[in-house]
Amino acid sequence: MPRYTPPEQSKAGQVFDIAVVVVAIFVALWLPLKMGLAGAAKSIDALDAKTWEALGQNPTMASIWEKLGYTPETAHDIIQNRFHYIIDWPTLIIMAAVLIGYFVFLFRASDREYRDVIKEKFDDK
Amino acid sequence: MTVALENTTTTIHGDRVSLLRVLGPAHVWALGVGIVLVGEFTGWNFSADKGGALAALIVCWIVGLLYTSVAMIDSEVTSTVAAAGGQYAQAKHIVGPLMAFNVALFLVFAYTMLEVSDAILLGDTIVAKAGVEGLTHNSFIAATIVVLAWLNYRGVLMTLNVNFVITAIAYVSIVILFFSVSPWTQGAVLKLNELVTPGNALPYGWIGVIAAFQFGIWYYLGIEGTTQAAEEVRSPARSLPYGTMAGMITLLIAAAMTWYVCASLMPWEYLGITYYPLWDAGKLTGSPLLENLLFVATLLAALASANGCINDAARAWFSLGRDRYLPSWFSAVHPKYRTPYRSILFLLPIALAFAFIADLNQAITFSILSGVLQYTFMSINIMMFRKKWPLGSIRRGYTHPFHPLPAIVLFCLCVVTFFAIFLGFGSQLIAMTIFYFLISVWFHFYRYKFVRRGDQFTMPWPKPQGY
Repeated sequence: MPRYTPPEQSKAGQVFDIAVVVVAIFVALWLPLKMGLAGAAKSIDALDAKTWEALGQNPTMASIWEKLGYTPETAHDIIQNRFHYIIDWPTLIIMAAVLIGYFVFLFRASDREYRDVIKEKFDDK
Repeated sequence: MTVALENTTTTIHGDRVSLLRVLGPAHVWALGVGIVLVGEFTGWNFSADKGGALAALIVCWIVGLLYTSVAMIDSEVTSTVAAAGGQYAQAKHIVGPLMAFNVALFLVFAYTMLEVSDAILLGDTIVAKAGVEGLTHNSFIAATIVVLAWLNYRGVLMTLNVNFVITAIAYVSIVILFFSVSPWTQGAVLKLNELVTPGNALPYGWIGVIAAFQFGIWYYLGIEGTTQAAEEVRSPARSLPYGTMAGMITLLIAAAMTWYVCASLMPWEYLGITYYPLWDAGKLTGSPLLENLLFVATLLAALASANGCINDAARAWFSLGRDRYLPSWFSAVHPKYRTPYRSILFLLPIALAFAFIADLNQAITFSILSGVLQYTFMSINIMMFRKKWPLGSIRRGYTHPFHPLPAIVLFCLCVVTFFAIFLGFGSQLIAMTIFYFLISVWFHFYRYKFVRRGDQFTMPWPKPQGY
């Protein structure tokens, strides 16, 4: 197998590649923030009666909330801000498919590249 | 002084300059525990938000098992593949270039976002303590990231010596807090029975326990970073397994103490949302000394973690440049300080930018996502490593026991954690995975043509079986 000689990359090409990676990093991390896709899916289950009892807090808990500077009114949105774990099957299937597809592509494409590496490393001797 | 850049190292007056081998097991411990310990000061407690106080304890133990598997697997592979880049170098030799490229990105993202989280925590903690109207965390965040980048630029030995001292102080503060609250007595200071009751221990039931896995990762995320120092450790075969395992034991003890004290001092709803669980615990004891100690320890833990993260992210990025996966400009070693200075400087503005646009919770999630993708790779990687080079075919510095049980446990726990992330943060997971897929396509079909093939394999091993 002839030894592979990579092409020389121009300085402009190197700068362009760096720019591609930086842009990709920002898009991947910033876009979910911008589109509101990042962060927890929580919502407040509002209560009419804002008392420690209604909020499910016993006297010990209530005394600690008060020590931390909270009243039943100010603690209400913290205590009642809850996750609602409803499994959205289509989203779960999409997520599983994206993850599996990603890893399958990763291992298969890596293996193709790896065979070239091993061939050049060991078969040329 | 003339400095000519080659694709692998820096050359000065004809001499090749590489990273310095100056570190011992204590530095490895400081790097690993230093990165992770901040997780006890913030982050782990969000698992209480997702599943309740008892769920946070359950995941503390189960995720501890996940990380014990990570440490065992990592110690075997790294004691054999001792190269900067850690898991990146492992992937390159065992799975292939595209996987290595992805693993390096996992590392850079996980550590850079962890560094961002640390800086935000530090800024927020100072602002909260100052209590001054109009004071924002921005200047503290910027100062933290810039000063630590400068420290990393100046040399790895000084960086990790600093880390060892501040990590030790932060760790001792947890031990002091634990023994100060008479942990053997309930009712005086600690009130676990009244705060974690049968009615609220698992407010979401068992699905909340699974959901809590996501932030349970934060108890230990980053311990695998010890491998990044592989090229700078005097005796990698001995120091890396020893430092990593010692670090893991240290963290398991710290995590258990942290949960016990915090869950015994504050209601789970508050514990789940506070940014400073240990500092709050210090306040709730009523002791100004403990309060101030935990305040300082929170700052030190954040500093140690950010410091280690800059170290690790820069080495992963440096390795990408050295193999031409990215422009080789990044592979330069500083002629005087012998550090990957261009990589350190390149990642600095990225960390700064995200510190200003993301909040703590989001930065932590970004970091966790990249971490779990990496652990999934590690579970498959060790299987391939044992298959391609069975025991006895190459010299291993350390051989982990019970193979393939740790790999299977790790893989299963990664699957559970992906499901946990789906419960509440699914869109973010899909967006991140699509990014990794697209950048992989870019690498495989375009960037890889600039990479030398056989030169990537640098270990003195025989040909892998099956090839």
